[in-house]
Amino acid sequence: MQHESHTHGIDMSALGRTKQSLQLADETVAIEVPGLSLFYGEKQALFDVSLNIPKQRVTAFIGPSGCGKSTLLRTFNRMNDLVDGCRVEGAINLDGNNIYRKGEDVAELRRRVGMVFQKPNPFPKTIYENVVYGLRIQGINKKRVLDEAVEWALKGAALWEEVKDRLHDSALGLSGGQQQRLVIARTIAVEPEVLLLDEPCSALDPISTLKVEELIYELKSKYTIVIVTHNMQQAARVSDYTAFMYMGKLVEYGDTDTLFTNPAKKQTEDYITGRYG
Amino acid sequence: MKKDSLKSWFKSGAPGVWISGGAVSIAVIMTIGLLSVIAVRGLAHFWPADLIQASYNVPGQANHIVIGEVVQKEEVPLARLKGAGLPVPDNGPEFMTRELIKVGNRDLNGSDFTWVVGDWLVDQQKPVDLIALERREWGNFYGYLVSVKENGKVVAEGQAAWNELQARLKRAAGLAGELQKLEKKDIGAINHGLERLRLQARKLELQGKLTPVAQADMDAERAELNNRYKAIEDRLGKLHQDFSRDSLVARDGNGREVEINLDKVVHAYQPNAMNNFTKLGTYFAKVWEFLSDDPREANTEGGIFPAIFGTVMMTLIMAVIVTPFGVLAAVYLREYARQGPVTRLIRIAVNNLAGVPAIVYGVFGLGFFVYVLGGSLDHLFFPEALPAPTLGTPGLLWASLTLALLAVPVVIVATEEGLARIPRTVREGSLALGATKAETLWKIVLPMASPAMMTGMILAVARAAGEVAPLMLVGVVKLAPSLPVDGNYPYLHLDQKIMHLGFHIYDVGFQSPNVEAARPLVYATALLLVMVIATLNLSAVWIRNHLREKYKALDS
Repeated sequence: MQHESHTHGIDMSALGRTKQSLQLADETVAIEVPGLSLFYGEKQALFDVSLNIPKQRVTAFIGPSGCGKSTLLRTFNRMNDLVDGCRVEGAINLDGNNIYRKGEDVAELRRRVGMVFQKPNPFPKTIYENVVYGLRIQGINKKRVLDEAVEWALKGAALWEEVKDRLHDSALGLSGGQQQRLVIARTIAVEPEVLLLDEPCSALDPISTLKVEELIYELKSKYTIVIVTHNMQQAARVSDYTAFMYMGKLVEYGDTDTLFTNPAKKQTEDYITGRYG
Repeated sequence: MKKDSLKSWFKSGAPGVWISGGAVSIAVIMTIGLLSVIAVRGLAHFWPADLIQASYNVPGQANHIVIGEVVQKEEVPLARLKGAGLPVPDNGPEFMTRELIKVGNRDLNGSDFTWVVGDWLVDQQKPVDLIALERREWGNFYGYLVSVKENGKVVAEGQAAWNELQARLKRAAGLAGELQKLEKKDIGAINHGLERLRLQARKLELQGKLTPVAQADMDAERAELNNRYKAIEDRLGKLHQDFSRDSLVARDGNGREVEINLDKVVHAYQPNAMNNFTKLGTYFAKVWEFLSDDPREANTEGGIFPAIFGTVMMTLIMAVIVTPFGVLAAVYLREYARQGPVTRLIRIAVNNLAGVPAIVYGVFGLGFFVYVLGGSLDHLFFPEALPAPTLGTPGLLWASLTLALLAVPVVIVATEEGLARIPRTVREGSLALGATKAETLWKIVLPMASPAMMTGMILAVARAAGEVAPLMLVGVVKLAPSLPVDGNYPYLHLDQKIMHLGFHIYDVGFQSPNVEAARPLVYATALLLVMVIATLNLSAVWIRNHLREKYKALDS
């Protein structure tokens, strides 16, 4: 076993995490959402959502299917632009600048705000080319620079040891969990400020899930992470702050411990105790 | 009880399996049948068949000797023979055998083939010393070798003549190759140069720049070319003299002697003296000649290389034009155009374009490409050649373009389907890394859709390579004087007319002065056309599978 320290079952202690008391008000704000509504054609999907995403922390969005948590996540790198008939009202400030202002460079925004999707989506290229894809897009083609980036990105995604001997094999030959970590490596290779994870473990087996969760915990020191998850245990395990959404509205938002142990709203309590959702 | 079991039999789905399986079997049988018919009929033609010699005794007429190969036998009702004016017995059998014999010697008999009534063909034998000569004119000669002559003097007779003939034929074949090279290549290059000079002079004249200096330059060049021509002409004269030095005397079945110059003989062989092994050698030599030689005698003899070359060339140029064009159109329709009624209408129009009869494209190609487009290009770029058209006449380019137009819908449809099948998640993955839509398209989507594009190209090639009707209008001819690719600048002559296997079948089969001689060639050419298309397709399939392996879609 290569990682003997990580082979036990999934529980909070598996992440070696020390609980500290966190206070949302004390955090530096990375993304400020002062009030955002979103429409798919006539249908409103988000209703005046306001929240601040703290810097270099893990924030989880939970809620039942269709509550708008993925939609909200996708507004942070304007992925919703790709949906026909999608319209946004309000603003999202990243480092104080509204990303929905006219003339915003969406490609540059997406480089700064990386995203990992539900299903692993490696490109049908080699592992190496997958990792350097974002860099090549930026016009970086020096072999030495790329080689270094591949090594540290794969190390950062805890994949280096497993693939270092077959960097030039197709990425499609990796297992699902490895593919998902490759996608994370590919995303951090362009050194984003924010990492958006859209149910990154829903297609993975428990062992791979554990590895990705460990990775999230390690990445927190460098990146602001926002994760959407269906799995409340996962939210409890990996996140510092949790937002509970329901029917396109933000119901409750606060530090994870408080939200799970002592929710302020009845709806939140019903959801986390499994009465619906 | 019986009814129940029938019902349950139907319910089990067995009849469906049988019917669908039967449909597949019928399709397979028809394909195999088609291929074997053309293969057997086409390939048998090249086999050096035994020659028979027999006495043909028609009641009430003088006997004469028939020498030739039996091509076909059939049973014919007596009444029909009688109707044809043959003196058949009134109370004979109901059917009689009629045989088609290739007797050759068109210069003596007037025709290569003759129908005979089998019962009257008596005393059949296969003399070993019968020879068959393939000639450059008058078709085959069958008979006996009498002597070989050099400059009119007999050098060998009887048994020795055959070996002498073989040696001298080899020499003649070498000279023939040399002559052809001189006539086609060297003189062709000089003619090309002279024509270029003429056009250059005319161009300068039109532009009003024909200065005495330029004129002198061109005159010098022309004189130089003429000198070279003189030299070649002298050599040609000598070669021709050498070439026609030898001749042979041969006798047909009825004792008539002819003298045939060796420059008219392509091959000589004694089929009755050959065993199967040597026949096989001759067979492959003849097949190779068919594949690699120019046609002779109004396309009824020789090879069909120019037609193969023309077909492949035209199809390749078509593929090179149609693929990027169709892919670009599909990319716009699928990736950029707003999906709405207008896009839908365009898509319907494109699909319907695939259903337009091919000859309509031919008419359009002639009317638009050749006359309008080619005519305008002539006025713009080749005014010096007018009134002789350069591009304003049917040719390779216009044939390829017309076929490209005909095949573009299948490329568009196949590519669109390929683009639609690229998973959204992969595109989003690229966009999420800061790639723009165009970068995503170029680096991710198009490579992944390349197998679909290749599928489109395969379908386009399959559709276009077998097309004949439109080509008759836009650039395919019965006999093209030269290949569209040669050693003269600009090497690829898009304005030249070409030969095409499909049209060749039509021409040989239906426009030929010698139908019986041409019939096996129709099958052989058809087989070849099928094989050329299959080769083009298989190579495209191979490339596609290669790409598919490389970009195999994510397992979803």
